[in-house]
Amino acid sequence: MTDLAIQARDLTRAFDDFVAVDRITFDVRAGEVFGFLGANGAGKTTAIRMLTGLLKPTAGQATVAGHDIARDTEAVKRDIGYMSQRFSLYDDLTVRENVRLYGGIYDLSRSEIDERMRQMLSRLGLEHAEKELVSALPLGWKQKLAFSVALLHHPRVVFLDEPTSGVDPITRRQFWEMIYEAAHAGTTVLVTTHYMDEAEYCDRISIMVAGRIEAMGTPRELKEQAGVSSIDEFFVSLARPQQ
Amino acid sequence: MNALWGLLRKEAYHILRDRRTLAVLVLLPIVQVLLFGFSIRTDVKNVRLAIVDPAPDATTLELRNRFTATGTFRTVAVLQNERDLDRLFQTDTAQVAIVFEPGFGSRLVAGGVAQLLIIADATEPNSGAARQNFVTAVVQRYELEQRQRSGAIRILPEARARFNPTRESTNLFVPGLMALVLNIIAALMTALSLTREKETGTMEVLLVSPLRPWQIIVGKVAPYMLIGFVGVLTVLIEARLVFGVPIRGSLLLLLAEGGLFILVALSMGILISARTSSQRVAMMGAMLATMLPTQMLSGFIFPIESMPRVLQVIANIVPAKWFVLIARGIMLKGVGLAYLWQETLVLAGMAALLLVASTRSFKVRLQ
Repeated sequence: MTDLAIQARDLTRAFDDFVAVDRITFDVRAGEVFGFLGANGAGKTTAIRMLTGLLKPTAGQATVAGHDIARDTEAVKRDIGYMSQRFSLYDDLTVRENVRLYGGIYDLSRSEIDERMRQMLSRLGLEHAEKELVSALPLGWKQKLAFSVALLHHPRVVFLDEPTSGVDPITRRQFWEMIYEAAHAGTTVLVTTHYMDEAEYCDRISIMVAGRIEAMGTPRELKEQAGVSSIDEFFVSLARPQQ
Repeated sequence: MNALWGLLRKEAYHILRDRRTLAVLVLLPIVQVLLFGFSIRTDVKNVRLAIVDPAPDATTLELRNRFTATGTFRTVAVLQNERDLDRLFQTDTAQVAIVFEPGFGSRLVAGGVAQLLIIADATEPNSGAARQNFVTAVVQRYELEQRQRSGAIRILPEARARFNPTRESTNLFVPGLMALVLNIIAALMTALSLTREKETGTMEVLLVSPLRPWQIIVGKVAPYMLIGFVGVLTVLIEARLVFGVPIRGSLLLLLAEGGLFILVALSMGILISARTSSQRVAMMGAMLATMLPTQMLSGFIFPIESMPRVLQVIANIVPAKWFVLIARGIMLKGVGLAYLWQETLVLAGMAALLLVASTRSFKVRLQ
C-alpha cells in the first residue's frame, strides 16, 4: 500500500453512451516514471482527469497517494501536482508572481516559497528572469518553469499531460532529465506523450486503445514480447487495427 | 486565506496590466454620463413656452414669472386665445403651452379652485413628457406655497398629450446608466476573465489545486466587484458635478442596492462563462443576456408604460428594471426602504437565485 502511488481498479468513465475509459486497472509504484500512451481520443486525458479529481468515475475505484479519488478528493489534491496539456502559467504575470501565486494556493509560507523559488530558478538558470513576464520567456523555458512550479509544493505524485509537445529536441531532453531528477527524489511521475522515443525513457508504460489498456510493462518487455525493435513499431501495431 | 489573497492579487495584476481594457473600464462610465447627460439634457433646456392668458391678472402674471425664473423656459408668445396655438406647435415655435382659463386669479381667490391646461408637443414622447412634467412641477410648487401662505387653493392642471407621462425629470438616466455600467463591468468582464482561464488552460490547474470552488469564484469575481463600485461612484459623482443630479435619499442605501445589483450581474457573468468556453461567445452572451435587456427593457431609455403589454411583462424578469425603479426612488424621490422594500425583495430574490445557480453551474464542471 505505502509504496503504491497510484492504484486503479476497473476505473471507468462513461459519457452517456460513450465509454471513454473502460475498466482500466494498473498500479504505479512510488518513485516510478510511468508513461501513459495512446492515440488521440484513446482516453488518456479522461483517465488523468479522474485521477486528479476533475472528473468522477462512473464505476471502479482508484487511490492516488493512498487517498480514494472519489471520497477523498481534497486529500488527493494536496498531494498531487499537475501540468496541463496547455500552458499552465499566467503569461501576464512575472515568474516570481506565478511562483508566489501557486505557492500560496498550496498554503506554503512566504519564506518557504521564496526559498524554493531561489533554488528552483538557480537550478533552471533563470535567476535573471525572476521579474520578467512569463510571456517574454521562450517556450522551452516556460515548460520547464511550469514543471518546476507543479513540483513546488513537493507533491507525492505529479501528472504531466503532454508536457513536451511543441518543444525542441534539446529542451525535451533537458525536460526528461528534470523528470528523472524528480523521480529520484521520490516523486511519482505519470506522463502522457505522443513521442515514442520518450516512451522508451519511462520505467514502465501502458498503452490505451479505445478506452482500454491494451499493453503494459517495461519498454523492454513489451518490445521483446512483440518481437519489435522500438516502442514506435509496437504502438502502431497495437493502435492501427482499431482505427 | 493565504491562497485566496494570492488569487485576488493575481487577478489585480491581470486587470492592471491589461492597460487598454482598464482604460476602457475607467473611461466608460465617464463618457457614458456625458453622452447620455448631454443628449437628454439639451432637450429640457430652453424650452419654448407659449402662454395663453385671456385675462391677465396678478395671479397669472406671478405664475408666468415663475416659469421665466426657472431658467428652463423661454416664453415665445403670449396669446389672447387658444386658436393661434396650433400654428405655433406646427411650426415648432412652441414646445409646450399653458392655457389659463378666463378669470383664473379671481376664481382662485373666490372659490379656491382654478383650471389650467398644459399642452405638450408629444412628437418626441419622452422629452414631451419631461417638459410637461416640468411645467406641472412649477405649478404645483406655486400651489403649495400659496396654500401655506393663504390657505386652501387648488389649481387643476389638465395635461393634454397623447403620452402616458412618467413622473420624474431628466435625471432619470443616471440609475439606468449605473445598471448599464455594472453590466459591462461585472457581468461582461467576469464572464470574459473566467472564459479566458478556460481558453488558456489555467482554469484546469486551479481546479486540480486544493482551492475550493468558492475560493476560485471569489478570487475571480471580487476585483470586478470593486471596479463595479468605483464605476457606480464615478457615475454618481460625475452626474452630480456636471449635471447637478441629486441624491435625495440615502447614499448608503443606494450603494447597498448597487451592491445587490452587482451580485446579480456577477452571477450572470459566472453563468454565462459556465456555458461557454471561448471569450468571443462569452462576449456575445453577455451582450445578449445583460446589456441589451438593460438598455431596452429596464425603462432606462424607453418608458415601460409605453411598451406593448407583452414586453411590459417580460421587463419584470429584467433585474435592471427593478434596480432602476429603486435607484430612481432613492435619488429622485428621496424615499427609503419603507417604500422600496418590495422592489428590493425582488432584486434580492433574483440575486440569491442567480448566485445559487451560478455557483452550482461552476461546481458541475468539476464532476
